[in-house]
Amino acid sequence: MTDLSKIRNFSIVAHIDHGKSTLADRLIQETGTVKERDMQAQLLDTMDIERERGITIKANTVRIDYKADDGETYILNLIDTPGHVDFAYEVSRSMRAVEGSLLVVDSSQGVEAQTLANVYHAIEADHEIVPVLNKIDLPASEPDRVAEQIEDVIGIDATGAILVSAKTGEGIHETLEAIVNELPAPKGDRDAPLKAMLVDSWYDAYLGVIVLVRIIDGVLKKGDRIRMMHTNATYPVDRIGVFRPQMEQIDELGPGEIGFLTASIKQVRDTRVGDTITHEKKGCAEALPGFKPAQPVVFCGLFPVDNAEFEDLREAISKLSLNDASFSSEMETSAALGFGFRCGFLGLLHLEVIRDRLEREYDIDLITTAPSVIYHVYLRDGSMMELHNPADMPDMSLVDHLEEPRIKATILVPDEYLGDVLKLCQDRRGIQIDLTYAGSRAMVVYDLPLNEVVFDFYDRLKSVTKGYASFDYTIEDYREDRLVKMSILVNEEPVDALSTMVHQDRAEARGRAMVEKLKDLIPRHMFKIPIQAAIGGRVIARETLSAMRKDVTAKCYGGDATRKKKLLEKQKKGKKKMRQFGRVEIPQSAFISALKMDD
Amino acid sequence: MPEDWQQGGFGLYIHWPFCLSKCPYCDFNSHVAAEIDQQKWAQAYVSEIGRIAAETGSKPLKSVFFGGGTPSLMLPETVEAILSKVRECWTLSNDIEITLEANPTSVEASRFAGYKDAGVNRVSIGIQALNDPDLRRLGRLHTVAEARAAFDTATNLFDRINFDLIYARQDQTLPEWRAELTEALNMAADHLSLYQLTIESGTAFGTRHAAGGLHGLPQEDLAADMYELTQELTAAAGFEAYEISNHAKSGSQSRHNLIYWHAGDYAGIGPGAHGRLTLDGVRYATECPKSPQSWLESVLKTGNGELPRQAQSANERADEYLMMGLRVTDGIDLLRYENLAGKQIKYNSINMLSNYDLVTLQDNRLIATPQGRPVLNAIIKELLAE
Ligand SMILES: Nc1nc2c(ncn2[C@@H]2O[C@H](COP(=O)(O)OP(=O)(O)OP(=O)(O)O)[C@@H](O)[C@H]2O)c(=O)[nH]1
Ligand SMILES: C[S@@+](CC[C@H](N)C(=O)[O-])C[C@H]1O[C@@H](n2cnc3c(N)ncnc32)[C@H](O)[C@@H]1O
Ligand code: SF4
Ligand SMILES: [Mg+2]
Repeated sequence: MTDLSKIRNFSIVAHIDHGKSTLADRLIQETGTVKERDMQAQLLDTMDIERERGITIKANTVRIDYKADDGETYILNLIDTPGHVDFAYEVSRSMRAVEGSLLVVDSSQGVEAQTLANVYHAIEADHEIVPVLNKIDLPASEPDRVAEQIEDVIGIDATGAILVSAKTGEGIHETLEAIVNELPAPKGDRDAPLKAMLVDSWYDAYLGVIVLVRIIDGVLKKGDRIRMMHTNATYPVDRIGVFRPQMEQIDELGPGEIGFLTASIKQVRDTRVGDTITHEKKGCAEALPGFKPAQPVVFCGLFPVDNAEFEDLREAISKLSLNDASFSSEMETSAALGFGFRCGFLGLLHLEVIRDRLEREYDIDLITTAPSVIYHVYLRDGSMMELHNPADMPDMSLVDHLEEPRIKATILVPDEYLGDVLKLCQDRRGIQIDLTYAGSRAMVVYDLPLNEVVFDFYDRLKSVTKGYASFDYTIEDYREDRLVKMSILVNEEPVDALSTMVHQDRAEARGRAMVEKLKDLIPRHMFKIPIQAAIGGRVIARETLSAMRKDVTAKCYGGDATRKKKLLEKQKKGKKKMRQFGRVEIPQSAFISALKMDD
Repeated sequence: MPEDWQQGGFGLYIHWPFCLSKCPYCDFNSHVAAEIDQQKWAQAYVSEIGRIAAETGSKPLKSVFFGGGTPSLMLPETVEAILSKVRECWTLSNDIEITLEANPTSVEASRFAGYKDAGVNRVSIGIQALNDPDLRRLGRLHTVAEARAAFDTATNLFDRINFDLIYARQDQTLPEWRAELTEALNMAADHLSLYQLTIESGTAFGTRHAAGGLHGLPQEDLAADMYELTQELTAAAGFEAYEISNHAKSGSQSRHNLIYWHAGDYAGIGPGAHGRLTLDGVRYATECPKSPQSWLESVLKTGNGELPRQAQSANERADEYLMMGLRVTDGIDLLRYENLAGKQIKYNSINMLSNYDLVTLQDNRLIATPQGRPVLNAIIKELLAE
């Protein structure tokens, strides 16, 4: 049993890439939790996609033992969190399981949008916050300026900020001491009925569903029968353990401790994050408040390039969604693309991650259609339908009005790019809410329609600010606007997968941009192809793709006949990677690229 | 019933794999060698001719073509040894065409007379461009002046002369090509091969292109305009296009190349050479090892310079006939196609293609129209049997 005063639980939070996972590496290393030879950079980022992209997607918990300068040994439970806005939900729920946060700020960059967002989450969770100024080894590091910025922009005391280089290990000892001395010990009553928070759960091929728990009161032992208070399901506990970071079994978890249990739970769906776990008999009276579930906000169609792979796709999607409750899917049929799934995601990065995994782990070539948001369509008969897919838009004569989701976006940007950022937000139908300065950086807050943001807003923001802006958002509410469905016709035939919802005032410009894009994206055919954008029956933009003029092998004699023929055969097979619409073949990439705007 | 190949005739291709330097656009089997023992090479070619002739029997030979590489690096004695053996092995048709590909440097032009004595009656000269800066960009070792001199030497010796030009070069404009082609037509003898520059992977140009370099190549529309202009100017000068890139005065078409386009038989001898031989009613695709050294050794040591042969399937034969035959203006005979394929051609596709005016049917022959020829690959892809 561990004395509560010798436990410290904390999350490591920061803007993307400010060095959370690297800091976690050093804490793990300095305390000797992992043998030197087993160390590798960003040890906790174990998924292929995490390692490839160098980002954290899934929060990770590790228990380390630290012998402090006061001679006592402490148990530290750290949670490394993702920085990207799509996974903000992971951060906020991790914070509910701990008492404090290390707020990591890259001292060569300063406060960014997710730094702010994370601080708000931490304050909401009542955390003690220890600021860590990281990357002080970099020549561009300016810890004093950044400390000042933290005080100005965030309004927390940064005098005690620790100067760290997670790369060289400088300041790691100080960080460990601060964790012990600055962060509060957890509270809890060992003798009270068991009350534990279900922080997360995932599927493991060998052990089945693994549940990450934080014990609030009482003691959880191997063999106990537990009850999930929300679902009311009961299970016998098979295993109990902690992450170091690999799983290590122990006999019990007491108040203030974080660890895992397995209990022959079949599906991740049978567990509900935020649920309260207690004993089947003599359970606790009151459940914890629970978490708001993560809701998908961005939707798109995923179709197999090869229709024959539909069943494979179905299976792959159901496997992936077993482990990811924030990813939703339902079957969809498209006249253009055949059978597929309409899937919901937390954001574009989440979408990309899932699509990548489907393509790689399950080896399925996919066509991804344009991302869209959920519209509320109010019909004349007084009912409301949620529109996940523009192709399902009812006839306008039946529609009274539409509402769309709006967000509150916070953007931090160096002064010199402010003009471009304001223009971008204005172009995307934004309404400015706030504009303040912190030194040479501006912080702008905009009210924006989510549909103008889900697609290429972040790319555009990066490009107009040369990567110096950061961006975070929260969903606000639904609001009415003049929205219409724009269809695209290729060679006189509507291509449903290219339909989009647009604002009336911007429809023409959008339509024009899209048909011009498509003209470049669709290869020339043996005949000319009209490409049109239309609202209802009215064509608002038109381009004509001219017929192919040149495609012939200049030299073809006896010597190379075989090779030349193989080349043609290969090209012919390559065409099968395109989608056939009447006589026209559209490359799969067109479905996404057509919407990108170069404004 | 005659065998299918007889509709194209029978010829011999000799591949000489050496060049003085490697041109950056060229993906032919050509190598730069310090020393070449021409006697040994002559011996190897002679041995291979004997081996193939033993299989084909002494059937009528329509043509011999020395290609490369740079065959004008062969000593006239080497050519002489080969042609003597040819005469020994096959019945030469009365109007046999014996072509040798030559690069236009002075050294090589000095051998032209020797080639003529050996029996060569047609030369094909790789002039490539009529301005020096472009010749340099193409990595050529000769100048325009040298090329003209070589061409003059050839005119004094041979009745039939072709020269090659490569157009659609970097930064070339339409008016520039008009001027250059006009000049070329003024000097031309009876045949012109006009090739649009093709960027082949594995060549120096291919590598630069893949890396985003090699700027100023024409886009599709300019390339198409250049092609159309080429058809127009050559026709006006009496050098009608009889194939995608080949133009000749009437009666001066290359008989050798017509064997390929008419899907005849040909023996292919030398490193990397391909052949097509019908033996006991089965048509084989033959191929020799590409490396000059391995070919030479294998011939001299084992008496055989060929890789294992492949019999062609019905679809392969039909597709090859289609692909080669549509390149020439007389197109393909549909009855012959069906005999090869064992099935009808795709008439649905033909209807579609003729709706777009890309092909026509005349006397049961399928012909690519002047609009169809510049997009022939698309047409062929539509019609491939496999
Ligand atoms: N020079 C220097 N580089 C560092 C330091 N700490 C981290 N980095 C580098 O910064 C990059 C991002 O580090 P991570 O630890 O993956 O950052 P993160 O905050 O976990 O990123 P996300 O999980 O994607 O939000 C990596 O290339 C690290 O090597 C440091 O102290 N000094
Ligand atoms: C293989 S070369 C042999 C003849 C000789 N060695 C020469 O270079 O003149 C035959 C002809 O093919 C043409 N050729 C070779 N590579 C080409 C390419 N990449 N694009 C267009 N034509 C090419 C040139 O016109 C060349 O004259
Ligand atoms: S183009 Fe002719 S000279 Fe140049 S490398 Fe090729 S074969 Fe040799
Ligand atoms: Mg990380």
